[in-house]
Amino acid sequence: MTRYDVIVIGAGHNGLTTAAFLAKSGLKALVLERKPWIGGAAVSRELHPGWIYSNCSYVCSLLRPEIYRGLDLARHGLQVAPYGGGVTFTRDGDYIGGYPDKDVRRREYARHNERDADAYLRYSRDTMRQCRFIRSLLMRTPPDPASLRLRDLRELAHLGREFVKLGPTTMGDTIRFYSMSIADYLNEYFESDLVKAHHAGSGIIGTALGVHSPGTAYVLLHHYMGDVDGQVGSWGFARGGMGAVSNALAGALRAAGGEIRADAPVARILARDGRVNGVVLQNGDELYSDIVISSLDPKRTFLKLLDAGDLDADVVRKAREFRIRGSSGKLNIALDGLPSFPALGAGHPLVAGDMHFLDTLERFERAYDDWKAGTWSKDPYLDLLIPSLTDPTMTPPGKHYMSVFVQYVPRELAGRDWTDADRTAFRETVFDQIARYSPDFRSLVLHAEVRTPQELENEVGLTEGNIFQGELTFDQLFFNRPFPGYAQYRGPLRGMYLCGSATHPGGGVMAAPGANAAREVLRDLRRPAIVPQGWSDD
Amino acid sequence: MTIPREHYLQAVFPTPFHARTSAANTLNAWHRWRDYTVADAYFDVGLEYTALRNACTVFDLSPMTKHLITGPDALAYMNRLVTRDVAKLKPGRVGYTVWCDDAGQVVDDGTIFHLRDHVYRLCSQERQLDWLHGSAPGFDVSIQEETHDVAALALQGPTSCAVLKRLGLAGIETLTPFGIRGYAFEGGELTVSRTGFTGDLGYELWIDPELAVALWDRLFDVGQQVGLKPMGTFALEMSRIEAGFIQAGVDFLPADRAIRAERTRSPFELDLAWLVDFAKGPFTGRRALLAEKARGSRHRLVRLDVEGNKPAKDAFIYDRRRKNVGVVTSALWSPAAKSNIALASVEMPHGAPGDELWAEIYYQKELKWSRLMARCTVVEGPFYSPARRRAVPAADC
Amino acid sequence: MTEAGRIVIVGGGHNGLVCAAYLARAGRKVLVLEAADRVGGAAVTREFAPGFLVSAPAHLLYGFDAAIERELRLAKHGLGYARRGLRTVAPGDAGALILDGADVVAGEVSAADRAALVEYVQRQRRFAAVLARQNGRVPTPWNLARFALDIRCLGRAGMRELLRVGTMNLHDLLEDRFESAALKGALALDGVLGAKLGPRSGQTFFTSLQRADAHSLPRGGMGAVTGALAIAARAAGAEIRVASPVASFVVSSGRVSGVALESGEEIAADAVVSNLDPKSTYLRLLGARHLDAEFARRVQHFRTDGCVAKLHLALDGLPEFRGVPADALGERLIVAPDCGYVDAAFDPAKYREFSPQPVLEITLPSIHDPALAPAGRHVLSAIVQYAPYDLAGGWDEGRKGLFDATLAVLERHAPGLRSRIIAAELLAPPDLEREFRITGGHWHHGELALDQFMMLRPVPGAAQYAAPVDGLYSCGAGCHPGGGVMGNAGRNAARVVLAALRRAPAGGAA
Repeated sequence: MTRYDVIVIGAGHNGLTTAAFLAKSGLKALVLERKPWIGGAAVSRELHPGWIYSNCSYVCSLLRPEIYRGLDLARHGLQVAPYGGGVTFTRDGDYIGGYPDKDVRRREYARHNERDADAYLRYSRDTMRQCRFIRSLLMRTPPDPASLRLRDLRELAHLGREFVKLGPTTMGDTIRFYSMSIADYLNEYFESDLVKAHHAGSGIIGTALGVHSPGTAYVLLHHYMGDVDGQVGSWGFARGGMGAVSNALAGALRAAGGEIRADAPVARILARDGRVNGVVLQNGDELYSDIVISSLDPKRTFLKLLDAGDLDADVVRKAREFRIRGSSGKLNIALDGLPSFPALGAGHPLVAGDMHFLDTLERFERAYDDWKAGTWSKDPYLDLLIPSLTDPTMTPPGKHYMSVFVQYVPRELAGRDWTDADRTAFRETVFDQIARYSPDFRSLVLHAEVRTPQELENEVGLTEGNIFQGELTFDQLFFNRPFPGYAQYRGPLRGMYLCGSATHPGGGVMAAPGANAAREVLRDLRRPAIVPQGWSDD
Repeated sequence: MTIPREHYLQAVFPTPFHARTSAANTLNAWHRWRDYTVADAYFDVGLEYTALRNACTVFDLSPMTKHLITGPDALAYMNRLVTRDVAKLKPGRVGYTVWCDDAGQVVDDGTIFHLRDHVYRLCSQERQLDWLHGSAPGFDVSIQEETHDVAALALQGPTSCAVLKRLGLAGIETLTPFGIRGYAFEGGELTVSRTGFTGDLGYELWIDPELAVALWDRLFDVGQQVGLKPMGTFALEMSRIEAGFIQAGVDFLPADRAIRAERTRSPFELDLAWLVDFAKGPFTGRRALLAEKARGSRHRLVRLDVEGNKPAKDAFIYDRRRKNVGVVTSALWSPAAKSNIALASVEMPHGAPGDELWAEIYYQKELKWSRLMARCTVVEGPFYSPARRRAVPAADC
Repeated sequence: MTEAGRIVIVGGGHNGLVCAAYLARAGRKVLVLEAADRVGGAAVTREFAPGFLVSAPAHLLYGFDAAIERELRLAKHGLGYARRGLRTVAPGDAGALILDGADVVAGEVSAADRAALVEYVQRQRRFAAVLARQNGRVPTPWNLARFALDIRCLGRAGMRELLRVGTMNLHDLLEDRFESAALKGALALDGVLGAKLGPRSGQTFFTSLQRADAHSLPRGGMGAVTGALAIAARAAGAEIRVASPVASFVVSSGRVSGVALESGEEIAADAVVSNLDPKSTYLRLLGARHLDAEFARRVQHFRTDGCVAKLHLALDGLPEFRGVPADALGERLIVAPDCGYVDAAFDPAKYREFSPQPVLEITLPSIHDPALAPAGRHVLSAIVQYAPYDLAGGWDEGRKGLFDATLAVLERHAPGLRSRIIAAELLAPPDLEREFRITGGHWHHGELALDQFMMLRPVPGAAQYAAPVDGLYSCGAGCHPGGGVMGNAGRNAARVVLAALRRAPAGGAA
């Protein structure tokens, strides 16, 4: 019989983060992973010889620097290389480029709409105000507003203080921001549909909502609130693919004496008399621990790993009603060379950034309508990157790796599972859109991995293939994430905790849920608080 | 201006004077002024400054943000935009002003050129197109940014009028401070305003970019004899602090760029109460400023004479009980006033004339850092303001 | 002409009249100026065909503040009801679904759904009660704290639930709890009526709370409500002038000192209270130039595009609706057979197109109130969604198309109805804008969503009824708590005006 201080289910980046902090605190920690490899959705795999794919998540910005530093991830091999820019192509052969240089970017916007070029400053200012507010909350445990415990009152007071600090104008704007649609938000700044479309993608990535749906303005923050070395809103690649994040976390965990067991799917969490006492693996092994932490989403945790008999009916109902929908797919493509984009011309710097092809809000919304109708978008929103331009180690010399994120893609096609024929047709839809802007693209394709929400669900274990482990709307954010009363990382059983992206502050490779969960575990164990809180942003 | 798709290949533009400024820039010292490169210094900062106060200099002002505001409602629009009464600004006159957001916080400062009836040019430190358009609904006006369409030089210093005289601008010596006059120049029009950022006698010259190089050449043809030199931004910065002028982004944070609340300042808090005219009718920020006037301001901009000779750049300001009450925003040893001067923002009620304030100054000599607490005296009015600055007719030799 | 101490109310809609009545009762000299030939604004009974009267555009009364009815003694002033507590009836081939609050009166609905409905309606009512309390308060920071306390008083579970579902979409909530498509359709409709939202749009749970109150038919149509209010106002001493459109507010020395009529007449006032929508008030009658720039920009961005059309039919007899018993014809009939139908009706609106198969809320008020139509004949009034204000191609072209689409849907649910039509009119949002002088033709004076709610309605700086220009106030649906015929905005505004006049007595400028 093996006994551990803590058992963490799932070796995704959050599970590894929680375990690493707890191991660092001196606890005997074990992470159990269903797959033969670790990383969850932060994974690099070689599916075509010589090419390393960031199979799922593909860019890095949200990873909290406090954790990067607190777990010494640089020493464990993680290097994040920022990339600049972004471009949206228009159907008439032009484009709008988000150049990193602010004057060049302003001029580029002015090329399409002079007023929008200056309005962009106001847009950035207001968005940055929202970023500052939320950044002050990321590395903290949400309060339970219905509770009168000192800890919750203290966190409520912190929230109130941060809110009041915004000043009267921004306070009102914050409430609006959390309830608006991305389209309405952009309408308050920009005239040009192209400029709006250029910014709209950030409101719907990974989200089963259209650009006109209230609540999408907030999603924008999940693409702005990160930073690379203090540059808020910057994005970068993890050198060696996103698996490098997981590997560094695993390195930190092992260095602190923690253990990872791969190929060890958990069948059930063992519980008795309202408290957990371990897990049983699918092979029948029982592992004991007074603390079990699940990095899985609440549906898996509560409906699959736990007996309904061990839980309140209310918790079961909330888990069942937890909104987690697959809405995105991904293509990972090995290329024989660098495809050309005639609109940009050879050697254009924006090829190194993300590329998009929807140039009106209407195309975004129609893409969402397809999803509602139970099929993938026939004119989808793509977030296309060629990471090998920034990180040449991912491919053989001269070759390239293209990562194509696709929105919207449903988990089921009008109520049925995906077939191989569907996957091929889906791939062709995406290829068609790319080929319209890059005529030599098709001829360069050596291999393509097609990932629909079905693969994401089956391989990574994200229910319905939702990349954020649950929709990012206000009813599932902050003290509502995953649901009210359980947003403080503690589960409904004693000794049970949640640490996945289904907890505050949500998805994206942030690792903040994992760190916050570890902090709460240590608090309950009355051990020294070694998990960093957020750095002051003044 | 139409912008080519390939504009990114040249991220930073040369100004219309670049052919000449680059030839004159013996130090090859440049910095970025938004879309353009301009010279930090040409040959020696100290000597450029000396040339300004002793003879005259030209400074390439072309990157200054310029807007042309025209239309039947241009006056009404300007009056609602800015804090002072633009109706009092006659055609051919220039006025310094600030404009505020709804909360009465300064968005930017700049100069209004009343070029002719219904035609104004607004020069500002920051880009303002979004703000200007945002203020336009309800007014029949047209607003165009013309930064790229107008080349500008600041010709400043005691012999600046003499240079213009030699250039053949008849009667230029009678142009009063803040006056504008047009002259023919090589088939185009040269607009001259008696304005500047140096606190000295001086002019600003506005011309079609096509004629910029010709203007430069003619100025130096005739200016050599009266000591004309090119001057870079570093020397300009010295003179503007001596003159007690504030600068957006240095002495105050433009309100429409502020991310953090309470980092901005009202006109009252920048010692610009004289620019606020409550009697003229509605303008953006009026209500908030009236309330501030009744309630009292939170901050005050003060001009300080700092004991000793160590510049108080970035120094914290303390009261007599050593409580931190503010910070220095601009400072230097003033060669003209022969004193150690600073602009500072302090919390009310500190900074009244006669108030005892202290600056915490860090300085180093040969890598040895020292800290000193220097007593400061609150000074009223500019540190340096020679009579020639206002004299009419201007000294022309 | 000048008269010291006078308050001018611009617009004689229900909120303007409520405001006038309260101000007059407090002893103020009040003059109401109404542009139309009669008072009532968007709560009137109008003759759309000889002998046929219809309530337009509002056709049902719900959420009307009982305190106002009591305090202004509206019953005494003639307000009666032809029918209170209307049921909701969804026609269907297999028999209609009939709902009476939390009860399923008829329809094939499982026991589980019936139980879920009880739970659902109870939750709606509990949360709506919290909102209703807040509706009667001026949205000041202090009252926001009271609102928070009210939420707290829902208890731990109730508070958590409100904070969770408050911003949610109805589609997901209904899918989680109900099986019956007809039931889900009927409940979804309550969240989207009057809004440019589909059932999958966030916040539709919140919008549905506005509809948690029982629906009534005032005797004599909605005009009877405003008629009684006018009598109450006059009885309290207010003067009402109709056919007196105001051209602009008069501004002198930085304060609104009166109004100028289109006739050229100027009327001085110590306070001017506008019952008009925010864009009319601030941008048209006052003028952006009297406002701070950011405030004016916010007013411009106030979302006011209406998405609702109104259909009026004069019928030569009672129609038959599929599966609807004759005695249920006078209830609130709806065409929203399931959530997907409502969503499909909404989708075209996103692209500035009207619904090819609209959702409908139908009343046949003449069943309860025979005076509305000649003997034996009837009036059909229907709210038709979705009809975007900025229809691609314009409404001159589109009106006929939407009319045909609506009739096709009606004909399907009420075969033979077409042949009974004597006269018909369809009012698209631009018609509502023109006829009722509401910018965008939005019956709530602006989208009633969380980003335009309470202290954000219409925009910060004007949400407490006082404009950012001295002497000017608002009392319309563009302020808290918004549209529908509730009267709260008028009553709250009166309180603010009285307090302000007490602080700065007649003639005094601040």
